[in-house]
Amino acid sequence: MAESPAPAAPAAPPASEPNHGLRIFLIWIVLALAADLLIWLVWYPHFPPGDMSSSAQHQQFDIGVLALTAAPVMLFVWVYFGYALVTWRHRRGDDEDGPPIFGHTGLQATWIGGTAVIVLAAFVFGTVELIVPAGAGAGQGPLPVWKPAGHNYLQVQVIGQQWAFTYRYPQFGGMESTQLMLPVNRPIEFHVTSLDVIHSFWPYLLGVKADANPAVDNVAYTTAKHTGRFVVRCNELCGLWHGAMYNYGRVTTPAAFQVWASGTEAAERRSGVLAALPPYRLTYDPTVVPQLGRDVVKVAGITGANGYYYPPQDPEQP
Amino acid sequence: MSVEIEPGQAQEPAGAGPARPRPARPWWMRPAFHTGIVGAIIGYFLGHWLGNLLSSGYARNPLSDMNDFPLVLGYVIGTIGWLVGLGVFNDLFRQMLGRPVPVLEEEEAGASGLARYFRYTLDHKVVGIQYLVGMIVYFCTGGLFAMAIRTELLSPTYHIMNASSYLTVVGEHGTMMMMMMSSVVLGPFGQYLLPLMIGSKRMAFQRLEALAFWLTPPAYVILLSGVLLGGFPTGWTGYAPLSLQATQGMDSYAVAFGIMGISLILAGFNIFVTVVNYRAPGMRWSRLPMFVWSMLTVSFLMVLSVPVLVGGLFMLITDRTVETAFYANTLGGSSYLYENLFWFFGHPEVYILALPGFGIVSEIIPVFCRKPLFGYRVAGAGMIGVALLSFFVWQHHLFDSGINPEMRPLFMLTTELISIPTGFIYLVAMGTFWKAKIRFTVPMLFAMALYFNFLIGGISGVFLSDVPADTTEHGSFFVMAHFHYTIMGGLIFAFMAACYYWLPKMMGIRLNQRLGYIHFWTMFIFFNSTFLPLFAVGMLGQPRRVFEYARNLQPLNDWVSISSFLLGGSILIFLINFIWSTVFAREKETGNPWNSRGLEWQVSSPPPPGNFAHVPVVLSGPYDYGVKDAPPVADLNPPAGVVSASYATASVGAGE
Repeated sequence: MAESPAPAAPAAPPASEPNHGLRIFLIWIVLALAADLLIWLVWYPHFPPGDMSSSAQHQQFDIGVLALTAAPVMLFVWVYFGYALVTWRHRRGDDEDGPPIFGHTGLQATWIGGTAVIVLAAFVFGTVELIVPAGAGAGQGPLPVWKPAGHNYLQVQVIGQQWAFTYRYPQFGGMESTQLMLPVNRPIEFHVTSLDVIHSFWPYLLGVKADANPAVDNVAYTTAKHTGRFVVRCNELCGLWHGAMYNYGRVTTPAAFQVWASGTEAAERRSGVLAALPPYRLTYDPTVVPQLGRDVVKVAGITGANGYYYPPQDPEQP
Repeated sequence: MSVEIEPGQAQEPAGAGPARPRPARPWWMRPAFHTGIVGAIIGYFLGHWLGNLLSSGYARNPLSDMNDFPLVLGYVIGTIGWLVGLGVFNDLFRQMLGRPVPVLEEEEAGASGLARYFRYTLDHKVVGIQYLVGMIVYFCTGGLFAMAIRTELLSPTYHIMNASSYLTVVGEHGTMMMMMMSSVVLGPFGQYLLPLMIGSKRMAFQRLEALAFWLTPPAYVILLSGVLLGGFPTGWTGYAPLSLQATQGMDSYAVAFGIMGISLILAGFNIFVTVVNYRAPGMRWSRLPMFVWSMLTVSFLMVLSVPVLVGGLFMLITDRTVETAFYANTLGGSSYLYENLFWFFGHPEVYILALPGFGIVSEIIPVFCRKPLFGYRVAGAGMIGVALLSFFVWQHHLFDSGINPEMRPLFMLTTELISIPTGFIYLVAMGTFWKAKIRFTVPMLFAMALYFNFLIGGISGVFLSDVPADTTEHGSFFVMAHFHYTIMGGLIFAFMAACYYWLPKMMGIRLNQRLGYIHFWTMFIFFNSTFLPLFAVGMLGQPRRVFEYARNLQPLNDWVSISSFLLGGSILIFLINFIWSTVFAREKETGNPWNSRGLEWQVSSPPPPGNFAHVPVVLSGPYDYGVKDAPPVADLNPPAGVVSASYATASVGAGE
């Protein structure tokens, strides 16, 4: 592979040949600075997933930094190609071939080095952003390594089943709720599990996502920073009504949360619901449910919506 | 090392004379498509009966009158029956009976007309055309399913399909595209052009090559038949334990994907053996066209990763039929096992889809820039680097699934690293465009569109590789937009470029250029209009594969849906162009219309039987544009003795 007879990079050009490299660089630097300023000052405060929780805030920052890095890179490629298409398009009547430039070691080395530096910096940044916010709201499996400081966790178990999420609070007697209520400014330890197939717990505004696997306890952390309402969606295709598998949650003040939680626990204790629920465990085997008092239909070791969590008049069996 | 010539005589099994010319029989008496169908039907009923016989105790679904085991056996033995009917095993039986076996030259000598395109043939050029038509059919089928998805997503509350139908449509679209488009370039263009590009008269394993093609129609039909069996609810990923819970349509998915997997393995195996062993004298590794490098790396990916898929699907089938428990957590198995096996295949799979696109555009841009490919070694290193690294990144699909948390920085690192060799493709393109003489032909426009689209797709991949950002993006429409930009924006645009560029070579006719420009602009504009808003839709919280979404996302979804219908219209323009140009208009385009230095363009269009009258001696690389007094790319009529002399040198010493 031959070296080019004339250097391809910006070097001393003949007087009539404009300095293409410099022009491209100037166009790029102006556009890149403008884009980055726009992103940081105008767009960043509105980035998903918002700032309702600690993990959401960190993700917002993370996505912002990635956007700040990505915009100049993309603009560089676009500006270069745009300039090339305009400047070096074929002119009618010119049937010459272009200059035989096979490569340029310096340029190639600079590119490889530059991209490697950007990529490694992104890796370091991503790792820091993963560890510092206690796992960035992502499910860490049964043995989490990155936990928030302090010991005042609120433990919430999220149970996914075809096709609803329910929430159990072990610190309140293991009572179960269909609405996820949370206190503000207190670290929350989610334990996500499933009763049948793989689901995924995604409270969008809290910046948490953890897959719900049967017989697996998947732990994720966050701390809510603002009160408000949020939606919880299932994020892993789990069968027919996956699209309809969502409910709502609310972040309230600690006092309101305490009132709600103890009140619900007391109500369920009184009505006998608490006694009817299976004892609180980190995972459940729904093929063994003594309280149900009858045979649970299981196919290939799975229960779920094959027929016995929903009465016959409910929508389709799978 | 290179093999120069065909054996002089037809294969002679012991005790028999040279091959007799076979009596010419009418097309309907020779094994072909129609006998294949008969074989398939017989095989299906045989398999179904056998399955019922063997599994009469395994009433897996008491609510059904058809169990999974007879269904699976029916499909498998039906496929074998299809191959028997096609005559795939005829040569094998002939050898076993001690009778002479036909060779390629005999077949080519007697070949003419349309009938050979419906037969099991040894000629790689015929297989290439078979693949081209097949792939267009499979792509359009998958595309129709996609438009059905977008129709359902026009409203978050009004549903035009029931839940089961919707999920089946989603799964059929994804599976049809992912399993079929793995061969969309390797089949039509790899099989057809590879021997021409390396100076060979044939592929290494001609029968395996044809078999790889003829496995695709049964895969297609079996996958579609899932619709008739109630569909499958898992999407193209087939996650257990949902796939264990699903009813009969799931078996169609598993068997179809497995059959296509076997096709991929055979095709890949054939390609790298051909490239390693069948290069003409003078075709050094440093002169190999970039398209051939991409085929070589893709073939390694296929051979190494697809068996893992086939194994994982086999275990899925045994879980569903004979009550093993590989993937059922409550019975001692693990849902993670399926996820890891699938994605160990799944990640190299997407590079099987992306790399041929890179190969095609790297081949096309030097021709229309009239400049050498900048940084040949860098481009080659990029392809090899992507292929190697693609085996080390698969857990980035599983960041939130509960895997060991300490693995995630490792996979974040490898996934970020893979963007370095991917970037080399851009370096090479940018260097090639520097001070070029750029001609805006239709293939060049599609090639440039790949660079535009893949940039967006690739950078969004960096967003996904970042674990904290992935917490919001995983499983949402952001991922959807990312992979459609890389796969459709990359591979399919490259496929279109390849069609417009190489159809004159393959068929001797040219596609209508005016329709081509209309096709390009409509496809490019509507493709971006369809998929760019999906990044926002995903970031705003819409998960994949749902039919209900937040009301405030309806305007965006409607914009996307309407754009997708218009995108379908642009593909229709391509279809009209293709059918009109090849069947009706048939404007002749022989010779070398693009003035390319590629070796494949130095022979007539379409190439003669045997590709080259004599094995050529390659004299220089294919990208020597602008070089003063560049030698021609090859000597097509080497003097006697040159070829055998080079063969002797190679066997003695340090020949390439």
